[in-house]
Amino acid sequence: MKKFDKERVLLAVAGPVIALAVAFVLSAIVLVASGKNPVEPFAVMFEQAGFSDIQVLIINQASMYYIAALAVAIGFRMNLFNIGVDGQYQLAAMTAAVVGAHADLPAALQVPLLLLTAVLTGAFWSGIAGVLKVTRGVSEVVATIMLNAIATSVIAYMWLPDVFGVKVGNNNTTGEMHESGWIPGIDLGAAGEIYGLVLLAVLLGIGYWVVLNRTRFGFDLRASGASSTAAAASGVDPGRMVLTAMLLSGGIAGLAGLPILLGDTHTYSLNFPTGIGFLGIGIALLGRNSPVGIAFASLLWAWLDKASPELDFHGYDKEIAVIMQGLIVLSVVVSYEAVREWGLRRQQRRVGAELAAGHVLGAHNNTTKEVAGR
Amino acid sequence: MRRISRITVAGAATASLALALSACGGTSTSAGSSDSKGDKGLAIAYDVGGKGDQSFNDAAYAGLEQAKKEFGYQTADVEPTEGETGADKEQRLVSLAKQGYNPVIGVGYAYASAVKGAAEKFPDTTFGIVDDETINAKNVADLVFNEEQASYLAGVAAAKSSKSKVVGFVGGVDIPLIHKFQAGFAQGVKDTDPKVKVLSQYLTQTAEEGGFASPDKGKTAAEGQIEKKADVVYAAAGLSGQGVIEAAAAKKVWAIGVDSDQYEQEALAKYKDSILTSAMKDVAKAVYSLAKSVEDGKPETGIVRGDLKTGEVSLSNSNPKFADDAELQEAIKTAKEKIISGEIKVKSS
Repeated sequence: MKKFDKERVLLAVAGPVIALAVAFVLSAIVLVASGKNPVEPFAVMFEQAGFSDIQVLIINQASMYYIAALAVAIGFRMNLFNIGVDGQYQLAAMTAAVVGAHADLPAALQVPLLLLTAVLTGAFWSGIAGVLKVTRGVSEVVATIMLNAIATSVIAYMWLPDVFGVKVGNNNTTGEMHESGWIPGIDLGAAGEIYGLVLLAVLLGIGYWVVLNRTRFGFDLRASGASSTAAAASGVDPGRMVLTAMLLSGGIAGLAGLPILLGDTHTYSLNFPTGIGFLGIGIALLGRNSPVGIAFASLLWAWLDKASPELDFHGYDKEIAVIMQGLIVLSVVVSYEAVREWGLRRQQRRVGAELAAGHVLGAHNNTTKEVAGR
Repeated sequence: MRRISRITVAGAATASLALALSACGGTSTSAGSSDSKGDKGLAIAYDVGGKGDQSFNDAAYAGLEQAKKEFGYQTADVEPTEGETGADKEQRLVSLAKQGYNPVIGVGYAYASAVKGAAEKFPDTTFGIVDDETINAKNVADLVFNEEQASYLAGVAAAKSSKSKVVGFVGGVDIPLIHKFQAGFAQGVKDTDPKVKVLSQYLTQTAEEGGFASPDKGKTAAEGQIEKKADVVYAAAGLSGQGVIEAAAAKKVWAIGVDSDQYEQEALAKYKDSILTSAMKDVAKAVYSLAKSVEDGKPETGIVRGDLKTGEVSLSNSNPKFADDAELQEAIKTAKEKIISGEIKVKSS
């Protein structure tokens, strides 16, 4: 049993490590091909990771990536591809900002109200795709992509001055939220402030692990993901599982924008970061849908984002980081598949070897031993 | 198992597509390395789109080039990353100020909060922000423009030139900044000839969807308006405007350009006979003037407004067919004088 675990850890770690190594090497080749020093950019970026203000930026950004990636990962575990995390979190942040600007309760009620608003908005938006899939058989991929576009339009509508919009200069905002809904950060002096909701990201990660690995619902979810027919045969209602998984995924997605909304901007404006939902897909893949893996992956992504701008000041292009992110995603797929097959072959070989050993034994003794050898 | 890996591949394909899309905006920049000594001057930080947008980012770069040549100091221009937050923008400005660049200009209203934060940290550096007037600090110059005034004149030109009595407006992204262009244009048309109908269309709701960077979208929109009998189309759509101009040239109707004098642009040389005029917004001059004021030791501060009076917004006169049309020129001249004297108040939304 012990040995089996080591084997699994080896296989789990080999994929990402190989992918990263390949991505580094390929990026270096790109640099050499464009006549640049292939090592210095990485040195600069590693150096950046040592600065406290950059670390704060990395952690803040990673918290949002992490939540978005968890939302995607829940879908993946169930064999659902929620590509609509992007629309879900933006719409949820929008409604939370609007509620925060108009409701003014004591902080103890205001903050839960805002979190709930975001969760419900996200769940509602992904729920549409879930209902369509369960009742009409519409692919959730198509439905959520469409819903992304609709979310953009809904947000634009809510920005209208006679709806919820407040114009500040040339910017559309939703007005400043009441201070009771602001979540104080961890003040690190000159280095900046870590968003208070980074803690929420950690809690969500723990919750994700507990639900998936220690509850019946989690088991049903993983079972449905592995084989929906087998799960249905053992009494799991596939329709209900799809809907629940979509709602859960959307609900978590709804929280992805809140760290910056409640911790920094306090309004939903044209500057609100977009695209986190799409990045979450790559991060969930790299993290292999595991809460720890996703944590590393989102930190890696955030590091590439936050350390690369410095490259501009050293005569390199910061797009190197984007190239690298792309290469990582590509090599992740290849290396995971390769490692999986390698693991499978290794397993087969070992079983074969044991069988062969069984045969030898069986030749001396009787056939029952050979069966036991399996 | 197989289904899982198929979904993995689909996910990876999408993710890499998203990355590929987001990588499009960037071009190589050549900022000076931080360890080189010497006199450091103007630095600009671009908004999404960056250098090469044929629009106001490029105009800002032109101002930077001029300052660099004239004052002979080291300059820097830095591009944003996709989906970044205000904190990243502030980090960028702080980093520039820390290296000794002065002034530091954020191009685009998205830099508002970043400029505010950075200006507090570096009180001795002059900061500039283009297209925003909400920052009120001693060391910040708000470089804003009355785009609606030039657009009003474009509306006058359009109404005078239209035979079908239908004109079109194509906006890049549905945001307040572009609403100013539309409002001025529509008012100019109506004041000149109330019978002329204005068709308006915005290409996208958000800049991320490419409203400022998709000539194909601009072309489709313009073709639709031309089909509805529009014979003058005005594009305030950044790079997408090239598509509008292309469509107008193909259908032999007039196009009105924006931001810079598009009649003179090399990329549009093929279509220049269809470009009636351009509603110009001289970001280059505003950027250069701020750099000059810092160089002269009297840095600009507060709201620095470019309008018809200062000449930082204007209508270009490089198409001879437009410049030689006496009646048209007369109408534009009268409108311009009335705007400057305050007789005509141009709406901005």
